[in-house]
Order: sequence, then structure tokens, then C-alpha cells
Amino acid sequence: MEIFLQQLINGLTLGAIYGLIAIGYTMVFGVIGMVNFAHGDVFMLSTFIALIIFLLLTQLLGLDSISVDLIIVLAAAMAITGLWNFMIERIAYRRLRSSFRLAPLISSIGMSIFLSNFVALAQGPRNKAVPSVLDDVFKLTRGHGYDVTLSLKQILIVAAAVLLLYALWYVVEKTPLGRAQRACEQDQGMAALLGVDVDRTVSATFVIGAMLAAAAGVLYMLYYGVVNPNDGFIVGVKAFTAAVLGGIGSLPGAVLGGLLIGLVETFWAAYFSSDYKDVAAFSVLAITLIFLPRGLFGRAEVEKV
Amino acid sequence: MGSKRLNILKSAGLAALIMSGLAFPIVAYHADMDLTRGLFLESRWPLVFALIAGTFVLSLLSSFLRAWRRSKQAATVPAKTARTVSKRALRLISFAGIGALMAFPLACVFTLGPAGSLKWIDNYGIQILIYVMLGWGLNIVVGLAGLLDLGYVAFYAVGAYGYALLSTDLGWPFWICLPICGLIAAVFGIALGFPVLRLRGDYLAIVTLAFGEIIRVVALNWTALTNGDAGISRIPRITFFGIPFSKGEDGFAAHFGLPFLPIERTVFLYYLILALALLTNFITMRLRHLPLGRAWEALREDEIACRALGIDTVAAKLSAFAIGAFIAGIAGAFFSVRQGFVSPSSFGFIESATILSIVVLGGAGSQWGIVLAAILIIGGSEFLRELDVLQEYFGYTFDPTQYRMLLVGLGMVAMMNWRPRGLVAARQPSLFLKRPKPVATELIAEGRG
Repeated sequence: MEIFLQQLINGLTLGAIYGLIAIGYTMVFGVIGMVNFAHGDVFMLSTFIALIIFLLLTQLLGLDSISVDLIIVLAAAMAITGLWNFMIERIAYRRLRSSFRLAPLISSIGMSIFLSNFVALAQGPRNKAVPSVLDDVFKLTRGHGYDVTLSLKQILIVAAAVLLLYALWYVVEKTPLGRAQRACEQDQGMAALLGVDVDRTVSATFVIGAMLAAAAGVLYMLYYGVVNPNDGFIVGVKAFTAAVLGGIGSLPGAVLGGLLIGLVETFWAAYFSSDYKDVAAFSVLAITLIFLPRGLFGRAEVEKV
Repeated sequence: MGSKRLNILKSAGLAALIMSGLAFPIVAYHADMDLTRGLFLESRWPLVFALIAGTFVLSLLSSFLRAWRRSKQAATVPAKTARTVSKRALRLISFAGIGALMAFPLACVFTLGPAGSLKWIDNYGIQILIYVMLGWGLNIVVGLAGLLDLGYVAFYAVGAYGYALLSTDLGWPFWICLPICGLIAAVFGIALGFPVLRLRGDYLAIVTLAFGEIIRVVALNWTALTNGDAGISRIPRITFFGIPFSKGEDGFAAHFGLPFLPIERTVFLYYLILALALLTNFITMRLRHLPLGRAWEALREDEIACRALGIDTVAAKLSAFAIGAFIAGIAGAFFSVRQGFVSPSSFGFIESATILSIVVLGGAGSQWGIVLAAILIIGGSEFLRELDVLQEYFGYTFDPTQYRMLLVGLGMVAMMNWRPRGLVAARQPSLFLKRPKPVATELIAEGRG
């Protein structure tokens, strides 16, 4: 029971991170129907940006207050990663939007290769251990031989994720930008005819996706304490798996899918073997799709012949 | 005129500003590790300024170039005509191309000598032909049947491990293993095909990608069978239908009264992969004229219409996966006999992405386009290996292999922006009423899609 509870906490934390990244996939897919393969590497880039800004603040500027540091790191990483994704969309995807479906996918695979090698080149290909902060751990149970713990980082991750998801919900549901996004999702041509600036909406979608990925990147860096230029691929694939599992295009689906993938992975690693945790996550995806081909919350696509 | 110049300056300034934003933390500082101090930062501001200045100048130049080109274009409006190649010309090109491929290793040996030609035949010739074969195999799945497969390398891995295990554990000869590896891979293809029968488009893509990763993770972790990360080494080398390429009495050279040269094995491997690739091409071309091939093309264009017409989509999909996998399995067996060593690191997602980009750049469905794309992508990335020479100028810390993949990635983006429909964008149906109607990609190009 204690182990179960502990893994539940760990899984939800991991799932919150996956969920934040999955939203980037699902939003971009919803608005322009494209699988943005480079999104995982944008996330990886943000972990490095966050690490450098964190080191800048603590080592060069000597800001000792961890909470102030983290807020600045979060804001700066989100802004800079947003700018990166804005430019990536401009350079690699915008011209291909009206092209056939595989073209932007290949372009994003190329972008993904570029980003991971760019970061490896700029920062070195090896693991970087992040100085550990916020190491407080609360014990939830005592005396049963195995103490269930909840770390401050885990609380922070879940709280930050909830806050960001609320902000996202507000943007999508209550602002003109969100309305434009939903309009583009339904029918881009019609939206353009009615005066929605499609280019700007797509750019905004990419920026929002990157900002959430950057938030996930900051949290990931804090939680795992290690960043690596090759992290982007596997985390990205799992987040994409989460998006597909939840029904690609659906925002609550992406969050739920992220949580599920996080839980499956941690439970598998805890009860079976950590070597095969990726296999477990992917198998869940395959099984879900066999029985629910549109994912959990995906809309059935009406096809016309 | 003055405001125009100002605008150009403004946009260049904006580009430089954006560049400084992009470069700020990730290029400006290098987080280095140190045993005593842990992570510390090292600033690289001169590099950042160089980047910003470079962006500014490039942006200025491109603006001027665009303005100049626009003024020229206004004078003469170029007529856009589609270039088509007649069937006879295509056949002629094909024969000339195959002739050139046959003559390539001999020409290399005679002009560069046995030692100098090794690099050209092995790194360029064989490497490119493997990818041509894989491209043609994936083309059946993606180009003909329209099933997006992001995990194609899994079957390649199955074939490679198949030969490695059969030859080292059971001692089976290559020529028996070759078809068996293909069949094993085909079984895997069907095994993947069954669960994904109902999936389409991007859902299919992600499941195939996951499948590719599962195969790699299993190869990495099932140490008892695959020896894990260390891989399987000392795989028996290729033989000339049973005669080994060795120096001794019973070797290939002695048998045929030739002087012994190590290049002979490489040349034989070259012809072997050429034959396998041509066989793949032949099978594909014939399949396109069979009911099965036509069912694939119909499936690619419209699955629902296909089902309404009573085409067995299950059989069509499974056979596309199986035949595609069979070809990858054969290529994998060839890979492992050529390398003499297999490890999971050869079968990462990057390989699937490379093969897919060859197919797409080749203009999904076009056989010659795939050859051109393979030469461009694989030949190009092999050529970038020669950047080693630059190490002499930039010193030890300069690692050219990282620039290689960086440029490959940028190249993929650039090529997609330059020719999104691929090099040879002729995807005409093999069967038509009266005259071939343009299919999907061309419709989109004409703005009708």
C-alpha cells in the first residue's frame, strides 16, 4: 500500500510534466493538423535555457533567494523558448502549411535533429547535473517500514501545472486569441474570411505550446536534476503518446493522457522492470488505440467520400 | 526610395534583435562541468556578436536580393510549365543509370587503385544503395499504400539481428539466412499491421514509431539474446556463394586465378546490394500492375471508396506492411553481413526519419526520385564526414560529426521548403480511364487541394 501511494505521487508528478508538453502537440495539431515533431526538442532546449539562467542568477548575480530565482527562471525560460518556437514556425513550417501532409512532418523531424545537435554543440553532449535546490521532503506516513514521502518539488510541480493549465483554459475559452484559435481549428479558410489573422493565430499557438513546454522544462530540470541534449526525443515521444492517448486535438485529453502515461510508466518501473518502462507506455498507447481509435476524448472525424 | 531603404534596415535590425534573443543564454554562456566546482558558466560573447552581425548582414543581403529579383521578374513573367519525361526517355535514363551503377566500382578500382577506391565503393556506393533499397521498400508502404510508417527501421533491425543470431549461434550460411531474415521481418510486419489496421494518418504514425522504439528497447535490454548495448560482433563475413574472400588456397582469388585484393569483397558486396536493390525495384514495378498494387494505390487515395468497391483493405494493408518489412529484413541481413557487427545504436529513430525523408524528398511514389534523394541525403551526409580535414584548422575541440547531423537537420528543413513535393513530383496512377488524372500532391500544388 505504501509503495502504491508513493508511486501514485511520483506518477502524478511525472504525468503533470508530460501533460504540459502534450498540450503543445495537441494544440498545434488541433489548429494546423500537423505533428510537430520538434516539440520534444523545444522542451529539451528549454531545460538548458533554464539551467543557464539559473546559473547566471545564482553564480554571476548572486541572487540567493531561491523562490525569486525560480520565478525569474520560469519567466525567462518561457519567454525565450516562446521566441525560439516562434522563429521555428516562421522558418520551418509556415510555408509548408498549405503543402501536403508529410512535408511539415519531415521539416519538423529535420528541426528536431537540428535542435538536439545544436544544443549538443553549444553546451556539450554529456549529462549536466543541476545543483540541487528545494530538497525539503515531507513524510506522509511513518512506522510501516516504508515511509511515503512527498517532496516540496513534487508539490511545486503539480501546483505550477495546475496554475498554468488554468491560465491556458482562460486564454483558450475567454480571450479573443482563444476564440481565433478555436475558429482556426474548425475551419481555417472560413476563419480567414471572417477576419481572423490565421498566421498570427498559428504563431500564437506555437508560442503558447513552447511556453508550456518551457515550464515543463524548468520543472523537469528541478525534479530530475540532470539535463541532456538527447532528452528531447524520448520525452517528446511520450508526451506525443499522451496527446494521442487523450485524443489528439483535445486539451483535457492531453492532460489526462499525460497523467496516464506518467502513472503507467512509474508503476511499471516500480512493480516490474525499469528497463521496459518505455515499452509499457507505448503498449498502453497501442492497446488504447485498438479499442478507441480516436483516443479518449478525440472527436470522431467525419469523412466524406 | 529612402523609406524603402529604411524599411530594409529596420527588418535587418529586427532580425538581428531576434537573433540576439535566440542566442542569449544558449550560445552566450556555456555551462561547463568541473570536478571541483560543479557546473560553472563560461561566456562566449564574441560568438554571439558575430552571430548577430552575421544575421544583420544576411538579412540586408537577402532583402536587396529579393528587391532586385522582383524588379527583374516584373520585366519578364516566366511561363510555368510542367516538365514531363516521356516513357521512352525514362526507360533510356533507367538503362543508362543502371549501366553507370554497374560500372561504378570497376571504374573506381581502375582509376583510384584498390586502396583508394575502398572509401568510394564502401562509404558511398554500398551505403547509398542500402538506403535506396530501404527507400524503395518503405515506398511500398508510404508511397504506394499511403500508410505513414515512422518505425520502418524496426524491420531493418529484425533482419540484421536475425542474420547475426542465426549465423553466430546456429552457424547458418548467409545465403540461407537472407530469405529467412526477410520472412522473419515480414512476420513482424504483419504483427505490427494487425493492431494498426483501424488507425489512420497520424495515429498510425505514432504507433509505428512506438513499435520501432519497442524493438530497439528490447534489443537493448534482452541481454541474454542480443548482448544488449555491446551488440553482436564477429558475424561471419560474406562468401562468394560458399567461397570465402580469403587469402588462402580455397579463397575467391585463388579459385578464379586472380591476385588477392581485400577490395574484392567490397566490390562483391556492392554488386550484391545493387542486385538486391534492383530486385526490390523490379518487384515494386511488377506489383504496381497486379491487382494488389492497384488496391494499394486506391487505398492511398481513398480508403472509404476502396471499401465501398469491395477491395479487401485488411489484406491490402497487411500485405503492404509485410512486403515492405520483407525488403527491410533483407537489407538488414545485408547490413549485418557487411558490418560484421550489430548493436541497437544503429537502429534509432533517426534512421527511420532518414529513410522516410528519402522517400518523401524523392516524391513519394517515384522510384528514380528516391535514388536521387538517397544520393543527396546519404551521399551528402557522408561527404560531411570529410569535414575532419577542418579539424586541422580549428583544433582538437572542433568535432565535425556534430556539425554533420546539424547540417543534415537543417538540410531536411531547407529541402522541404524548397521542394515540398519532392525532387520528382510525378505520382501518376498506374491505372486510369482515358487519361491520368493528377493525384493528391499535384492538386495541392495547383492550389486546388
